[in-house]
Amino acid sequence: MNVKYVCRITAYTVFMTALFMLAPAGIAFYDGETRNALVYLFVVGIMSVLGSVLFLVSRNFKPILYAQEGIAATSISWIVMSVFGALPFVLTGEIPRYIDALFEIVSGFSTTGASILSDVEALSRCNLFWRSFSHWMGGMGVLVFMLAVLPQTKKGEGSGIFLMKAESTGPSVSKFTPHLRQTAKILYILYIAFTIACAVFLLLGELPLFDSLCLALGTAGTGGFGILNDSAGSYSPYIQGVLAVFMMLFGINFSMYYLILLGQLKAVFKNEELRTYLGIILASVVLITVNIYSMYGSVRESMHHAFFQVSSIITTTGFSSVDFEQWPAFSKGILFILMFIGGCAGSTGGGMKVSRVLMLGKNIVRTISQTLHPRRMHLVKMDGHSVKESVANSVDAYLAVYCVIILFSFAIVSLDDYSLGTNFSAVVACFNNIGPGFELVGATGNYGHYSDLSKFVFIIDMLLGRLEIFPLLALFSPDLWSRKR
Amino acid sequence: MNIIVAGDGKVGQAITRLLSQEGHDIVMVDTNRDVMEDNLQQYDVMTVVGNSATMATLQEANVEQSDLFIAATSADEINILSCLTARKLNPFIHTIARVRNPEYTQQLYMMRGDLGLSSIINPEREGAQEILRLLQLPGVLKRETFARGRVEIVEIRIPEKSILDGVYINNLTHALKGRKVLVCVVSRNGKAFIPTSETMLKAGDHIFVTAPVAVLSYVLKKLDVTQKKIRHAMIIGGGRVSYYLTHALVDAGIHVKIIEKDLARCEHLAEILPDEVAIIHADGSSQDVLDSEGIAETDALVTLTGVDEQNVIASMYGNAQGVAHIVTKINRTEMTGMIENLPIGSMVSPKELCSANVVQYVRAMQNQAGAAITLHRIANGRAETLEFVINECSRHIGEPLKKIRLKKNILISCITHRGKTTIPDGNSSFELGDTVIVVTNREEPILQFNDIFA
Repeated sequence: MNVKYVCRITAYTVFMTALFMLAPAGIAFYDGETRNALVYLFVVGIMSVLGSVLFLVSRNFKPILYAQEGIAATSISWIVMSVFGALPFVLTGEIPRYIDALFEIVSGFSTTGASILSDVEALSRCNLFWRSFSHWMGGMGVLVFMLAVLPQTKKGEGSGIFLMKAESTGPSVSKFTPHLRQTAKILYILYIAFTIACAVFLLLGELPLFDSLCLALGTAGTGGFGILNDSAGSYSPYIQGVLAVFMMLFGINFSMYYLILLGQLKAVFKNEELRTYLGIILASVVLITVNIYSMYGSVRESMHHAFFQVSSIITTTGFSSVDFEQWPAFSKGILFILMFIGGCAGSTGGGMKVSRVLMLGKNIVRTISQTLHPRRMHLVKMDGHSVKESVANSVDAYLAVYCVIILFSFAIVSLDDYSLGTNFSAVVACFNNIGPGFELVGATGNYGHYSDLSKFVFIIDMLLGRLEIFPLLALFSPDLWSRKR
Repeated sequence: MNIIVAGDGKVGQAITRLLSQEGHDIVMVDTNRDVMEDNLQQYDVMTVVGNSATMATLQEANVEQSDLFIAATSADEINILSCLTARKLNPFIHTIARVRNPEYTQQLYMMRGDLGLSSIINPEREGAQEILRLLQLPGVLKRETFARGRVEIVEIRIPEKSILDGVYINNLTHALKGRKVLVCVVSRNGKAFIPTSETMLKAGDHIFVTAPVAVLSYVLKKLDVTQKKIRHAMIIGGGRVSYYLTHALVDAGIHVKIIEKDLARCEHLAEILPDEVAIIHADGSSQDVLDSEGIAETDALVTLTGVDEQNVIASMYGNAQGVAHIVTKINRTEMTGMIENLPIGSMVSPKELCSANVVQYVRAMQNQAGAAITLHRIANGRAETLEFVINECSRHIGEPLKKIRLKKNILISCITHRGKTTIPDGNSSFELGDTVIVVTNREEPILQFNDIFA
């Protein structure tokens, strides 16, 4: 492995994170909390030193990047980011234990939104902002941001795609312009534009600027950290509506928006993943509305809450407008299923991704048809094109590893002796980057009561979920670390 | 510039590599999904899977917004149809088609306008022309012509204990008894550099030299490189390059013997080639066949089979048998590093030749005035030679060279003024209408003449 190149990329990530951390520092200064501001600046200082050391270590690096380096650089960057991103929480004294702070920031970067805090409102504004901002950074990915802003090391060379592959969501990346840098730029421009739009709509609902910003950042990354204890429960129906719509929008593959900009509406309407995604949302909303109608008494209100919750869970955001813990079991069951499905590939959402679920379904159909007609040629097709055999098979493998990790984590977490529903939904909610689960970790609960071991398992699960398992698992393969290829 | 490259064979890849290094927006189109996946990781390009001759695929590749369409699939007919379709979708697009079948060559030239072709590339014919020029000036490994044939840059290998071994560049004129030559590029141990006056030449160096033809033959004589005129040539492999080459060699009055192992191909060649050409149906990789067909007596050996390894081995055997002039065709240019120092004579790579032509076409499109008229890549692509014509926009006209500051790693190798070629010194200058040859091994491309000044 080209260690120097990995160091260089990690150095860039550290610098970027430090740069982003200046924002909460500025907010602390503005609020007159000099001590908190200094804490943030101190961490920025440490990161700059670390970044510079890595930068110097990696001078005269060879710009040769293969899959190995791309995977290692991405995973290591995410770990380093999390380790340092947690420091401000500890140093400001607001989350005194490091494991708790690490849980909080990993939950932030991985856009999970699970919290160990029972009283969110007690946090100072700079920490609140940093939590929400971490969602935004993690949503589209810091390395993609790096690809967008840094000039290419070698012209015409396409290996940056390995970084993009490791960090962005879904079974395959779509490079919709000839230059990777341009693609990354377009992704971020769309991302920023949508975030601003969301904030503006929230401002129009007479929400204060700070609250609008935090909520918009949390929505954009499909994260779900709120700034109030009841998540989104006490906001006006208008604001809840804005959040619900934007959550749904951020769960859509960003290349769809680019296609809309290009005027290729036909391709967008024909996109199978998008149609499935919208179809699932529609079906779930209808079913839940019917199911909870007796609780709210009006179709409008039932539908409002049903849509908010469905949009929040399928995009793996995790805001809640009501305590859905009180809902009938059927509605909760639907939400639980949505947790596994997740957003579209190439969105900021987590979970299995709609395209994988679609492909799994098609694989099943194919296997059945092959048992009936062993000689029949049966290709898995998406959007009218046949999917590469290796991609179709990798989805099966993904599901297998996905289940193993959930069961394994569930076994460890069960040591804490909470109810089966709590433990299982906690693992599922963390691994799929959703946030709230059911029962003790439901809409009004939190993860603070779990033991350190369980929190550590959750932290790993959240990272595994965000990076889609394999990049992080590959770090533990001795193959990656051997000097020979 | 937005460029679409259709066809992902050797030529398509070579073109993509060169053009993406120059920072163009490239979309590759091919039907093979797996190869496209690999390309995505190797080059900074976008890929579209599909048949390049269909409207749907071309539209997906955004043909409406593209400036240039290059069709280099393995089938001539698909290339022509692709260009026609591209032109239909975007009447302003430039199109280049690879057409290899000799039977089409003549008629295509006539129908270029109707088919919407801006240019046609034929790697095999270009390769054959290159081989012919090498055989015409025996002893040089590579030969690039500029200024309508008035200037040449040739590659020479310095033999052991020759008069140039251990000579400093500033003593070169003295060593050659007053004859003036300019060493543009020295290629040593796989690296190419532009020499300074303190550079010492060593045996084994490959030097790229500019000089009038008379001086060149003097130098070659002094270097003990044989200059016997070629009367008999043996060609191993009867592909398209052989066809074009044989035609040219026969016209030059050289006896040609082609060894080809495929019977049907032999029959076809016998039909389309003049009768005096001897076509031998035998396996050219067998020593027995080569011996009995008189490899030891032939003046020139050209190995043109489709397998690089076979070409290399046959050429080495030819060298061992004392053949004076050997040309080896190499398809996979990534091998050049491994075989550079083997005694296989000159190496010719048709795909590299024609991709260099495409790059030149693209550079000319980018910058209509002041663009390089010709572009040659030398020393395995590690350096470039460019030919410019001085126009009104050129800077520093009439100033002596010693007063002009050039960018690093740039050398003005010669100036042709009113048909007379001079190797410049500090007092030379260039005037309106002159042809200037520039040599560079810089990473970023030189697009126009004014780019060479610091």
